[in-house]
Amino acid sequence: MPKARTYGTPLPGMPRETLHGRLIVLEGADGSGRTTEVELLKEWLEVEGHPVVDTGLRRSTLLSQEIEEAKKGNTLSATTLALLYSADFADQLENKIIPSLAAGSTVLADRYIYTLMARAIVRGASRAWAEKLYGFALVPDLTIFLDAKTDILLHRAIAKYGSLDYWESGMDLCLSRDRFESFYRYQALLREEFGFMESRYGFHRVDANRPPAAVHRETRDLVAPLFRSEARRRR
Amino acid sequence: MAGSLPPPSPTPKPSPTAAKFAGRLIIFEGLDGSGKSTQARLLVKWLQARGYRVFFTEWNSSELISDTIRRGKKKNLLTPTTFSLLHATDFADRLEQHILPPLRAGYVVICDRYAYTAFVRDAARGCDPDWVRSLYGFAPTPDKVFYFRVPVATSLARKVASRQKISYYEAGMDLGLADDVIASYEKFQSRLKREYERLVTIDRFVVIDADRPVETVLNQVRREVRPLLTGFPKAESLVHAEG
Repeated sequence: MPKARTYGTPLPGMPRETLHGRLIVLEGADGSGRTTEVELLKEWLEVEGHPVVDTGLRRSTLLSQEIEEAKKGNTLSATTLALLYSADFADQLENKIIPSLAAGSTVLADRYIYTLMARAIVRGASRAWAEKLYGFALVPDLTIFLDAKTDILLHRAIAKYGSLDYWESGMDLCLSRDRFESFYRYQALLREEFGFMESRYGFHRVDANRPPAAVHRETRDLVAPLFRSEARRRR
Repeated sequence: MAGSLPPPSPTPKPSPTAAKFAGRLIIFEGLDGSGKSTQARLLVKWLQARGYRVFFTEWNSSELISDTIRRGKKKNLLTPTTFSLLHATDFADRLEQHILPPLRAGYVVICDRYAYTAFVRDAARGCDPDWVRSLYGFAPTPDKVFYFRVPVATSLARKVASRQKISYYEAGMDLGLADDVIASYEKFQSRLKREYERLVTIDRFVVIDADRPVETVLNQVRREVRPLLTGFPKAESLVHAEG
């Protein structure tokens, strides 16, 4: 049973009592089927009788508006944007994730610090800085990484939005003026970073090139052991 | 396995030092009412009169996230961590927009408060000092940091005499140190002072006894700044160097 509940320095005033709920994180690029999978898992867990709270990035009451504005203007440096995201994440962690876990709910996080770290790192932040920055984050009980090929992400993005998003194509990195080219290069950089983090943080990789039902069967098998009555509580 | 701590991270890169920039970076730190702002402004005047290109900036209100901080403060939504991260965000933006360009262009950049203000304020609120310091790892180490040392009583007396309203967060009321604003301010400023004193050796502050007449203090500040400007180009030579 690991002693550490956070990766680094805990939050000041973090509750010392046991956080009874489970924290399950789903990571993966846009188009990896992450959000669909969160919905399916939520439905399944609730049917099984477990209270579920889902959370995602940029859903905090404190800052989501500022982040939207900042992205529109595109004038912030990589460091500033990384810090803005971290403030937003901290707000959600303290005001939503921790209280929900303390109340015994399962928290399904649609993306977590790993996406934020990967985005900062491919934009030039040092890994050591990013890790220290997010040191206050709770260590999840399970992190599922939905891994899909860039071709698949591309087709899903076009099918869904009819175009490639400026930020998901990493246009701010100036990798290429051509959005299609930039999308490929940016997603490759992120995938490389996720590959590195996979072993560092113990992600469970799920092949997301398959239809949602197949993905769901596998994620359910990963999640189920957390809810067996004999499962030892980690927190 | 998931949940276990990852292996130790590589040693963080040391902060860039101002020495690699064409300009000079001079910082004024100290409690409210320590006289640091007055001194900073007088130094700006003196340097300008001597023909240097000077850029002055203060870190007291935030442009980028002022609305967020204001809204968060109003609803008491902020925790020590979000408070700290929002200020770091604001500082990063200021650094990129206002401090680095003149520093790279060869100005004497004078800052009324810098990352050290965050170090002391966030530590006083209970954030881990090493964590806060690491957030600011991107900030260049200045050429000189003046720390204006005053007793807390002086800070308080000047604050009261100025008839400025002491704000909720300035008084550290969010920490529940005391019910009364004045009592809370005093306790909170004592914590800040303790943190400043801790940084004196770590960050090689030039300690200024600020409980003296303005002119005396200013002479000391000038004496400290002079060696930084040996061989430093004045505005005129910069303008004509290209032509």
